[in-house]
Amino acid sequence: MPVNSCNGDLVIVRDDGFRKDDLADCEHLTVEAELQGVESPVFLEISNDQDPDILIPSFCWLSAISIRFPDFVDGRGFSLAARLRQLGYTGRLRATGSLIADQYRLARQSGFDEVAISRRLAARQTEHQWLAQMDRVAMSYQSRLLKTTGPITEKPTGLRACLPGGIRGG
Amino acid sequence: MYRYSQFDDEFVRTRVAEFRGQVERRLDGSLSEDEFKPLRLKNGLYLQLHAYMLRVAIPYGTLNSRQMRQLAMIAERWDKGYGHFTTRQNIQFNWPKLRDVPDILDALADVSMHAIQTSGNCIRNVTADHFAGAACDEIEDPRPTAELLRQWSTDHPEFQYLPRKFKIAVTGSPNDRAVTRAHDIGLRMVRDDFGKPGFEVLIGGGLGRTPMIGMVARAFLPKDHLLPYIEAILRVYNLAGRRDNKHKARIKILVHETGRDIIRERIEAEFKRRLAVFPGIDPQLMEDIDASFRLPEFIDRPQDEHEGLLSSDPEYREWAEQNLTDHRQDGYRIVTVSLKAIGATPGDATSDQMRAIAAIAEKYAYDEIRVSHEQNIILPHVPLASMPGVYADLKAVGLAAANIGLISDIIACPGMDYCSLATARSIPVAQDIAREFNALELEKRIGHIKVKISGCINACGHHHVGHIGILGLDRAGVENYQITLGGDGTETAAIGRRAGPGFAADELLPALRRLIDRYLETRLDDRETFLACYRRLGEAPFLAALYPDNPRYAGEQL
Amino acid sequence: MPRKFTPKVITSNDLLEGDVIYLARDGEWVRDIRRAALYDDENEAISALACADSHRHRHVGAYLADAALNDEGLPDPVHFREVFRTRGPTNYFHGKQADS
Ligand code: SF4
Repeated sequence: MPVNSCNGDLVIVRDDGFRKDDLADCEHLTVEAELQGVESPVFLEISNDQDPDILIPSFCWLSAISIRFPDFVDGRGFSLAARLRQLGYTGRLRATGSLIADQYRLARQSGFDEVAISRRLAARQTEHQWLAQMDRVAMSYQSRLLKTTGPITEKPTGLRACLPGGIRGG
Repeated sequence: MYRYSQFDDEFVRTRVAEFRGQVERRLDGSLSEDEFKPLRLKNGLYLQLHAYMLRVAIPYGTLNSRQMRQLAMIAERWDKGYGHFTTRQNIQFNWPKLRDVPDILDALADVSMHAIQTSGNCIRNVTADHFAGAACDEIEDPRPTAELLRQWSTDHPEFQYLPRKFKIAVTGSPNDRAVTRAHDIGLRMVRDDFGKPGFEVLIGGGLGRTPMIGMVARAFLPKDHLLPYIEAILRVYNLAGRRDNKHKARIKILVHETGRDIIRERIEAEFKRRLAVFPGIDPQLMEDIDASFRLPEFIDRPQDEHEGLLSSDPEYREWAEQNLTDHRQDGYRIVTVSLKAIGATPGDATSDQMRAIAAIAEKYAYDEIRVSHEQNIILPHVPLASMPGVYADLKAVGLAAANIGLISDIIACPGMDYCSLATARSIPVAQDIAREFNALELEKRIGHIKVKISGCINACGHHHVGHIGILGLDRAGVENYQITLGGDGTETAAIGRRAGPGFAADELLPALRRLIDRYLETRLDDRETFLACYRRLGEAPFLAALYPDNPRYAGEQL
Repeated sequence: MPRKFTPKVITSNDLLEGDVIYLARDGEWVRDIRRAALYDDENEAISALACADSHRHRHVGAYLADAALNDEGLPDPVHFREVFRTRGPTNYFHGKQADS
C-alpha cells in the first residue's frame, strides 16, 4: 500500500549539502503493508513509536527507512534510530518531518544518514546553516569515552535474521 | 580538580560559537522564537520576569579560585554585581542581555566553565555530595563518577529532546547529602559482599507537582556497567515517557503509570542489549579523571591559635560549633560558609564576597570551593591551623554568619521576585523568618531544622523535603503560603505532609512561631530535633498549634 | 456564565534586553505601563494581541494582562505579579524601579 506523503516537495540534507529527493518516486510502504508480505519494497516509512524489533527480519532487503518527527522537540526518533542501528540495520536511514538545522548533528550521531525537510524550511534555514554543523558530526563526548570508536551493532540478531531460512521467518 | 582536556576546551569553545550564531539567526529570522527557545535553554538562558537569566553550571558543585573570580568578574561586568547560588549547585545571573550572553559564555570558557544543559528537556548538570572527598563517612569519592556522567551526558545526541528535564545526583556516602531519592536517577555508591564497588540505582524520584521518592531500580550495579545501564534508563524513558502533558512527562510518572516491575524489566532488557555491545570506558580516560580528584597531601600543623580562640572569643566558638564539620583527616575541618546572613537573600553573593572566598580558598584551603544544594559555599579542606585566618577573612566581607543547620539557614528559590513561573514570592518570606527568630534569640535553642521555601508548585526550593516546607501560592490574586511538615531530604527521605489551609503573608510568621513554640514545649530535651519530635508525636499537636481557632485541629490539643 | 471582560494591556519582554514592555496606542513598544494602550473591548484586545504577536523579532511571549485606570487616568497593573513587573524585585532596588 503505497503512501503519498512523500512527494517531490522535500529537500534532502546530507553531509555535502542539499539535494533532490531521489526516493520521491520509489514505492513507499507502511509497516502494516510490509508485514502483510508485500514484495520488493525498498522504502519504509515509520512513526517514532514503532517497535523496531518486528522489523529485524526485513533489514536485509529494506534499502531505506524513514522515521517521522512530528515536532522538532519530540526526540523519540533519535532513540529509535540509535536502536535500529544497534539492532543491525545498515541501510539508509532518513529523518523526515520538522527537524531544524541545529539538530542535524544529533541526527547524524544517532544513526541517520540524511534529513528530509520542507522547501519552506530550506528557504529559511539555508544550506550553509545546515553545513555549519558538518565538522562537528565527528566531535562527540560519547564516542570519545569508549574503548573503541565507530558504530557498534548487535550483529548476532541482525545477521541471524538475514540468513537463508531466517528471512521473514514466521 | 578536573582539568579540561584539549577536547573539553575545543568542545566548549565550539559550543559558544554555535550559540553566538544561534543568537544572530534568531535576530535575522532564520530561527523562530519557538525554535530558539529550546536552544537557548540548553545553553542556560531563560527569559524571566524582568530580564533574561543565565544559569551557569558548576559541575557537581566544584570550582577553584580562578573560576570563582571569573564569576565575580562576570557579575560585575554584565550583571549587577552579584550572583545567586542555587539548589542545583549552579549559579544564576539575573540581569544579562541577550547580546552579551555569547561573550559571557566565552568568559566562562576561559576558565573551563559553561552553561550547557543547565536547562531544557535534557540531562541536567549532574550534582553530587558537596562534602565529596572530605567527608568522614565516605565510601568512595563520587566526583569521578559525576565527571564521567557530565562528559557522557554533554550533547548526547539521543537525549537532547527528552519528554522533560532529567536530573542525576551521586553520593559516595551512606549519609545522603545529595538528596538522591528526589532525583530522576539517584546513584549511591556501595560495595557488594566481596567489596566490589558499585551503585545502588534509584529512579523516579522528584519533587514538583507530584513529589515522589525514588524507587530502587537496582540494588547493586557494578561500577563498570554504569553507562550502559543509565543509557538504558534514558532510552526507555525517551521512547515511552509521556509527551502529551508536560506535568506528567517526568520519568516518575512513567514509573508510576507503567508499574515498577514492568519498568525494571524494560530497563534490564535494554541494558542487556547495550551491555552486549558496550566496549567499556577508555581506561586511560577514566584514569585521568580519577587522578584529577586525588586528594591533596594533608599535613599536621599546630592548632594552638584555634584552640585559644575557642576559649577566648565566643563569636568564633559559635561559628566553629555551627559551621565546621569533621573531616576525614585529623586536624582538618570542612567549613560551610553561610550565604544566609540574617536578612540577606539566601544563596546570593556579591562579587566582593566571591573574590574573598576565592582568596581564602587559595590562601588556606587547597584552592577548592564547593557549592552546596543548600545554597551555601563549602571549603572542603581547611586545616585547623588556618581556621582563625579563614574566619577573620570571612568576617571582613560579612560571610561569618554562624547559622548552618539553624532556622535561618533557609533554602529559598527566587520566587516571584525573579521567576516567571512563580505564584508568590519566597525571598522576603525567608528574610522575615530569619530576622524574626534571630531577634527572638531562639535560633540556637531551636537547633537543627530545615526550612525550605518554593515560590510555586515546581518546588525548586525543595519545600517537600523541608522539616518545615513553605509553598507560595496565588489565592485569588493574593500571596498565600501553604505549610508542609515532616519532610526529609536525607537517607531517611520523606515527603512532607500538607498541614492544612494556607496562610496569608502576614499570618505566616505568627503561625510559624506557634509551631516552633509547640515544638520547644513538647520536645523531650534539647537534643530532640524538630523532625524527631514531629516523628515521635505525629502531626496532631503541631496542627493544633498552627490552627488554634479551627475546631478540626484544635480538638487534638495535647 | 461567561466572565465579564476586564480591561487589559498587552505586555511582553523585549527580545534583546529582556525588559518588560507594553504596547502603546501608536503601536510602539514602551517600557512604562502608564503609556500602554488599555483595551476595554475583548475583540479589540485579541486582535491587537495577534498583531503584536507578529512583531516577533522585537519581543518574546506577548500576553494580555489586567489593568485599571488610576487617578491620573493612566493604566495601572491589577495583579501582584504585574505590579512586580512594573517595578522589579523586592529584595534589591533593581529593575524598573531603579531605572526610572
Ligand atoms: S519553585 Fe517555582 S517560583 Fe521557585 S524557582 Fe522554581 S519555578 Fe520559579
